[in-house]
Amino acid sequence: MKLKSIKLSSELLKEKHKDLPGRIAIMIISALSVLILAALSSVLIKIFIEGASVINLNFLSETPRNSMTEGGIGPAIIGTLSVSFIMIIFAVPMGIFSAIYIHEYAREKWYSRILKLSVNNLAGVPSIVFGLFGLGFFVLIVGKFLDEIMDTGLLFGQPVMLWASATLAVLVLPTIILTTIEALAAVPDHQRYASYGLGATKWQTIRDVIFPQARPGILTGVILAISRAAGETAPVLFLGCAFFLPELPLVYFDFGFFEIPMINPASQFMYLSYHIFILTTQSANPTLTQPIQYGTTTVLILLTVILNLTAILFRYKFRKTLREVRGA
Amino acid sequence: MKEIKIQLKNLSVFFNYIQALNDVSLDFYSNKVTSIIGPSGCGKTSLLRTINRMNELIAGFLRKGSVFIDGIDIYDEKIDVVNLRKLVGMVFQTSNLFPKSIYENLIFAPKLHGISDKSDLNEIVERICTQTAIWDEVKDRLNENALNLSAGQQQRLCIARALAVEPNILLMDEPASALDPISTAKIEELIFDLKSRYTIVIVTHNMQQAARISDYTAFLYLGQLIEFGKTTKLFTNPANKQTEDYITGRFG
Repeated sequence: MKLKSIKLSSELLKEKHKDLPGRIAIMIISALSVLILAALSSVLIKIFIEGASVINLNFLSETPRNSMTEGGIGPAIIGTLSVSFIMIIFAVPMGIFSAIYIHEYAREKWYSRILKLSVNNLAGVPSIVFGLFGLGFFVLIVGKFLDEIMDTGLLFGQPVMLWASATLAVLVLPTIILTTIEALAAVPDHQRYASYGLGATKWQTIRDVIFPQARPGILTGVILAISRAAGETAPVLFLGCAFFLPELPLVYFDFGFFEIPMINPASQFMYLSYHIFILTTQSANPTLTQPIQYGTTTVLILLTVILNLTAILFRYKFRKTLREVRGA
Repeated sequence: MKEIKIQLKNLSVFFNYIQALNDVSLDFYSNKVTSIIGPSGCGKTSLLRTINRMNELIAGFLRKGSVFIDGIDIYDEKIDVVNLRKLVGMVFQTSNLFPKSIYENLIFAPKLHGISDKSDLNEIVERICTQTAIWDEVKDRLNENALNLSAGQQQRLCIARALAVEPNILLMDEPASALDPISTAKIEELIFDLKSRYTIVIVTHNMQQAARISDYTAFLYLGQLIEFGKTTKLFTNPANKQTEDYITGRFG
């Protein structure tokens, strides 16, 4: 008996394990993470510091002057927001309904996997290809056709905001469809059974039980899609994105006493990301345009950051409801 | 005279060509509690789910034989599943309340079926909550999220919710298996109270529970109906050797 206890205590009193490989691995991993963070923050800090010195209310609202060396980026901001807005109108209903179809109705069918695979592949197509597709399909086929049947001369058959939005909608459709499918799939099956068990039809179940629970998850996808579209340059390049426009892409509806400005989808527009591109490559005087370039970049980054933060907020809400439903 | 409410005739059920039920013929009587017992995987839940055609939601489901409710074949082409499920309420193993308020959970089904008058809905809520003896516990918190209730309360609320469409039949799939003894006792009491108005079919793992609450018991083993009879008889004097072995705990 005594022998055994001596043995045990000597085992316990042995030297601690050093775990040298583990420590080295952790050191390398932390060094790499610090490196990534440092690279990211140095870029962001540089842009924000340079950008902050130019950004003010005038910069955000004024049009560019003196071949882009002075003035602000108002039209580019409004252009980006308008294009995104029209894009939402195209992409969101289509994306959500497609996802509902794929996940809820075609779930057991043989072609549902093909559909999902196609959507996945669509998500991997380079954005410039979407741009060319938009030019070829929307402008040269759909637009021309509309002009012919409505006898509008050359209105739709040219690169305008409407087609840029439609093209961006196609570009972000896979994102919206895939996140919506994920959100629908995350709703536990027992919720479906509960609803069917109470005599609800399939559509009522989707409308009243599944969709409300998946909504925050779907919104996350929608917002991420918008933030992606706002940062894209290639697709809008051929589709009515202008180098410089003195006028805003608006039409004014006259109601006698007052006018209501509306987005004019048949006009050309300026776009933040494209604006950065031309400031960098087409500038007459790079030294003078550089601060504006920093300012524009800051605005674009802030825009996407705000959108992504909203998305995170919705995701948080989504996870919370799901946890409750799963009873964890 | 006992009135037959549900009648299974030569019912066989397959999932992806694997047989879950084999030629089961069984009658369930009006206003009685019938419990279905048997070891896991014996087809209890499959049997229950053929009665409200819930199995159809599962891919690869195949059925032979028929199910009659009040003499009507529920698998007839003319039968609408939605109407059937209004008539045959179901309570699941774990509570599956919606992440909505208690009130919204309870009025979910009546609203779907076209009742929109506020006072009618309030009346329904009070009626079903009183029936399920949960009214005193929830009347002051109807607008609270239903998922804040305790597990036992949630399950009783599920039963209340199932009663909202005034079904004739109540199917219960191990309604108390995830609950503590006190909540279980409450549910059992509730089942006893509901018997006078509904025909209840309950699947349970717990043989003491089956003995306590049911009038009739069916013992299923490997997809086959081994024995069916009055609970008192089946538990005290089983006709079949397998039944005896199971209820005395020799296997299962």
